[in-house]
Amino acid sequence: MALTVGIDIGKALLVIIFLQAAFGYLTLIERKLLGRFQLRPGPNRAGPFGLLQPLADGVKLLFKEEIIPAGVDRFVFLIAPMLSLLGALMAFAVIPFGSPVHIFGRLVPLQIAGPSLSLLYVFAVASLGVYGIVLGGWSSQNKYGLLGGLRSSAQIISYELAMGLSVIGVLLAAGSADLNQIVSAQTREWFVFPQIVGFIVYFICAIAETNRAPFDLPEAEQELVAGYHTEYTGMKFAMFFMAEYINMITVSALATTLFLGGWHGPAILPSYLWFLIKVAIFLFVFVWLRATLPRLRYDRLMAFGWKVLLPVALLNAIGTAAWVALVHP
Amino acid sequence: MANLIAILAGVLCLFMGVVVISAKNPMHAVIALVANFVGLGVLFLLLHAEFLAVIEVIVYAGAVMVLFLFVVALLMAGTRAPQESRGKNLPGQVPLALAVTGVFAALVVFALAVRTVLVAPPPSTTDFGSITNFGRALFTTYLLPFELTALVLLAAVIGVVFLARER
Amino acid sequence: MLTLYLPIVIYFTISLLVCFGIMGASRVIGRPKRQQSVAKLQPYESGIVPEVQLGPKFSIKFYLVAMLFLIFDVEAVSFYPWAVLMRQLRLYGLAEMGLFILVLGIGYAYVWKRGGFQWDR
Repeated sequence: MALTVGIDIGKALLVIIFLQAAFGYLTLIERKLLGRFQLRPGPNRAGPFGLLQPLADGVKLLFKEEIIPAGVDRFVFLIAPMLSLLGALMAFAVIPFGSPVHIFGRLVPLQIAGPSLSLLYVFAVASLGVYGIVLGGWSSQNKYGLLGGLRSSAQIISYELAMGLSVIGVLLAAGSADLNQIVSAQTREWFVFPQIVGFIVYFICAIAETNRAPFDLPEAEQELVAGYHTEYTGMKFAMFFMAEYINMITVSALATTLFLGGWHGPAILPSYLWFLIKVAIFLFVFVWLRATLPRLRYDRLMAFGWKVLLPVALLNAIGTAAWVALVHP
Repeated sequence: MANLIAILAGVLCLFMGVVVISAKNPMHAVIALVANFVGLGVLFLLLHAEFLAVIEVIVYAGAVMVLFLFVVALLMAGTRAPQESRGKNLPGQVPLALAVTGVFAALVVFALAVRTVLVAPPPSTTDFGSITNFGRALFTTYLLPFELTALVLLAAVIGVVFLARER
Repeated sequence: MLTLYLPIVIYFTISLLVCFGIMGASRVIGRPKRQQSVAKLQPYESGIVPEVQLGPKFSIKFYLVAMLFLIFDVEAVSFYPWAVLMRQLRLYGLAEMGLFILVLGIGYAYVWKRGGFQWDR
């Protein structure tokens, strides 16, 4: 019992530290890549190749003066960034990031927890993630903040629907809502091939859910300054930022698990490295899209979610269901 | 362990419920209600109703409350300091509330006294509320209510569009 | 089954501590050194002093989207058990969900026709 709890605590700490570090270096990699896309070197002053940049940014943000604007609802203002970060961290809890390993002579799954409804658990936690953003925008008593928060929450709930429907095909093909079983169902064939439509819809929704370009309407600088986090300073701003990047990692990890065979890969590399490589590919695409595509107009964004993605995801689900009902042994 | 978590979740639910009705600021009430629903989800989970627990969070905490939040956020926008409205009591409000509380307390005591009769035995299997069992019940035994739900939702959709129409 | 959720409780506790830790650290280290001026504590609206207060003049579309999301979310949720059970339900499952989708499809088409998905109307 004590050993089990000890291993659980160890895994939890490992994942949290890893996510924080990944967040830091993701910001650096993103700035480096954006620099290269725009034919400039990107941050290269702090340490060799700018490798100490995330550290410098973190220290700077920590020492920033903490400003709470006059007349804000302090309780809501302070709780919003915490809700954002907590939601982002919690969503990662059920994602299997490697094949089970032996620690102290027992088989430990590389996953914080593996309940049988792990896929729905991710969606449940993700559906709470919207509160941090809308509460942050509302509480700061700022026009841009309120507009950004509302826009963002309307966008997130619209794309959440299509996202939920896009994975139905995977559920049908695997016959389970357990991420571990979904991974083991892909030993022979990754679901990305039969479920290409679901995969594309999922990935578009994932970009919209994390408020990334070209769906970064909530932080459209030209119209809304910084959207819902305009009034936030220092570490509170950093927590929103952290939540966004950790969410990016989580949706990429979920895409890997659902469509790219999870941690499966040729045995030349350990399973967690395969997982990491696949997630890194998604993260690169995130940055690539940001460097390439201009932002969508808000009315087009909403129409796209409701009129294109939702019916396409639904048709994909029905088609897959018909295949399972008629053809599947 | 399970008992401890059940007590914690129960206390959380009760406390948040009290906050919902006593909060001066409607936004605080909304946040408390979200926390209340998450606590209820934990309680469902402890009763082995796994799927219902997830649904509780996805639909109630994640969808119903977003609507509440929109209404409160938009109606309260612009009030610099959140209103501390102290409305007057309705006539006879306090005695009525006390009476209803008394009846409810009596019901709880009665239920506890005769629980051998009223309370269903705890589920014998741990996969009692799993997604498979839930689905089997929904798509075989309770198929008619399920299909009727579609009609109810259709009525709701039409109602929503009607409410939001251009005047 | 419940023991499967225990690690999540542990993870949640640690995550909560991390969140409070970050907030606490920034509160201690970032404490303002001197009295803050009135202008500094005003909302930042591109350097213009906020004159017009936020009024409750927001598009009805926000409510519409939230309500439609709620309704279609209830529908989407019933897909999960159906998808997991499809291998047993087979044609029967296809038919019952077909009917369900047909009824909701009418609602969807109605919203589309009435411009409910059109943000600029």
